[in-house]
Amino acid sequence: MADKTGWKDLMRGGDLPPATSREYKTGSWRSLRPVLDLSNCIHCMICVAYCPDMCIPVVRSEEGVVGRNGRIYKGLVRLETDFDYCKGCGICAEECPTDCIKMVREEVVETSSK
Amino acid sequence: MSVYKPLTGAQATAEAMRQINPDVVAAYPITPQTPIVEFFAEFVANGLVDTEMIPVESEHSALSCVVGAAAAGARAMCATSSQGLALMWEIVAATPGLRLPIVMPVVNRALSTPINIHCDHSDTMGTLTIGWVQIYSENAQEAYENVFLALKIAEHPDVLLPVMVMQDGFITGHGVENVKVLDDAVVKEFVGQRNPDRYLLDLEHPYTIGPLALPDFYYEVKRQQEEAIERAKEVYLRAGEELAKITGNTYPYFEEYKSDDAEAVIVILNSAAGTAKDAIDELRAEGRKVGLIKPKLFRPFPYKEYREVLKDKKVIGVLDRSISFGSYAPVYAEIRNALFELDHRPAMQSYIYGLGGRDIFKSEIKNVFEELLSGNVDSEKQKYIGLRG
Ligand code: SF4
Ligand code: SF4
Repeated sequence: MADKTGWKDLMRGGDLPPATSREYKTGSWRSLRPVLDLSNCIHCMICVAYCPDMCIPVVRSEEGVVGRNGRIYKGLVRLETDFDYCKGCGICAEECPTDCIKMVREEVVETSSK
Repeated sequence: MSVYKPLTGAQATAEAMRQINPDVVAAYPITPQTPIVEFFAEFVANGLVDTEMIPVESEHSALSCVVGAAAAGARAMCATSSQGLALMWEIVAATPGLRLPIVMPVVNRALSTPINIHCDHSDTMGTLTIGWVQIYSENAQEAYENVFLALKIAEHPDVLLPVMVMQDGFITGHGVENVKVLDDAVVKEFVGQRNPDRYLLDLEHPYTIGPLALPDFYYEVKRQQEEAIERAKEVYLRAGEELAKITGNTYPYFEEYKSDDAEAVIVILNSAAGTAKDAIDELRAEGRKVGLIKPKLFRPFPYKEYREVLKDKKVIGVLDRSISFGSYAPVYAEIRNALFELDHRPAMQSYIYGLGGRDIFKSEIKNVFEELLSGNVDSEKQKYIGLRG
């Protein structure tokens, strides 16, 4: 909807084609970043269920990934947060039972990664 | 074949809903609308309709349910009164913007405070600016037929807006009248099936309904909505012509009663128009040139057509059953507006009557005509009928 359509050509009632939220990168709102320590993750999916922006990707992994206490977690595992959409609300960090997500100010993350 | 049945206005409305057999009805009982929901619930319980009736905990939820069902593709209806309408206001305001064709009978009742359960029009007059089509009904017969008319207008592809159908609380809603009820099969054919061009349960063609629209788009969406309600004017007449074929009645923007050659005309909504007709008959018998205009379609408001019939009148009195606090009364304001373009305007007088269910009598309406004909009118001063001084 980047073009500025006139009122006669808009969909009725301001309706839109489906899934326009994909084009809207809520990641630009973020001031705190959830920094994930995967080595402490138990892939319980609690963060996935709570994330209001559905921006924690989940895949099925047959070979498994290394998580808490060096254990191999097989089946559904979470991946790194999708920062295009993560708005930095911190709900995942609050809910994670193993405290493996820390909210860090974006400018701190940026400086330390330079 | 049509049959005559002794029905209250509320019962007649429920009967119309039974014949429409909507997919979904959600409503919350509120005096004096309650019997509509009660009678309809009985039809559901007795298996006379296929409707999914959703019991809800408030009017806010009732209209929310109906909005959801209509968006999903269902033909969905609601009904309310006064405080119920007030409680659902957030959704009442949202519905026209969503362009959902919902029909909602409203049984007019005074708004609190003071708390009161009787008739006046302060409830629906408070919703004039938000985009519902509004049709007012004088009696149970009109309340019954207007539900079918409303459905045709609401679902017309040029309109797609919600419609309220009004009747007076208790006076019409609870009063038994001889109502001519159409044959079920005839109504079934008239209302047909709702045939939405898009609906949320069509999983093959997903779309987004009700998204955020900020300063760059909100304005355009509202302009579209205004266009739709303007089109409802023409659609009202066409739908009325169609309905006339099965009822034998007519559906003009307003009823003209002995107003053709009248010098003094009053404009009055709903049940009090019936009382006014009696008063007019008696005055006519004495040779007085008096008449009535009874508005039916109130939103969109047909300004031009009112101007056309009122332009040569000597004097017009407008009787409002609600106050628009701090401004001219709602019906008066519209009639006054309609006459602006004239070079020579009729004299005008605004009257308030009947608030909170206060009766209005034939003698009072006759007094109004006497006053109008005497020339003792002031277009800027509101007068009060039946008020203790
Ligand atoms: S809540 Fe914590 S432990 Fe569970 S999957 Fe998310 S990050 Fe891993
Ligand atoms: S910070 Fe909020 S938006 Fe970002 S991944 Fe965590 S829960 Fe989701």
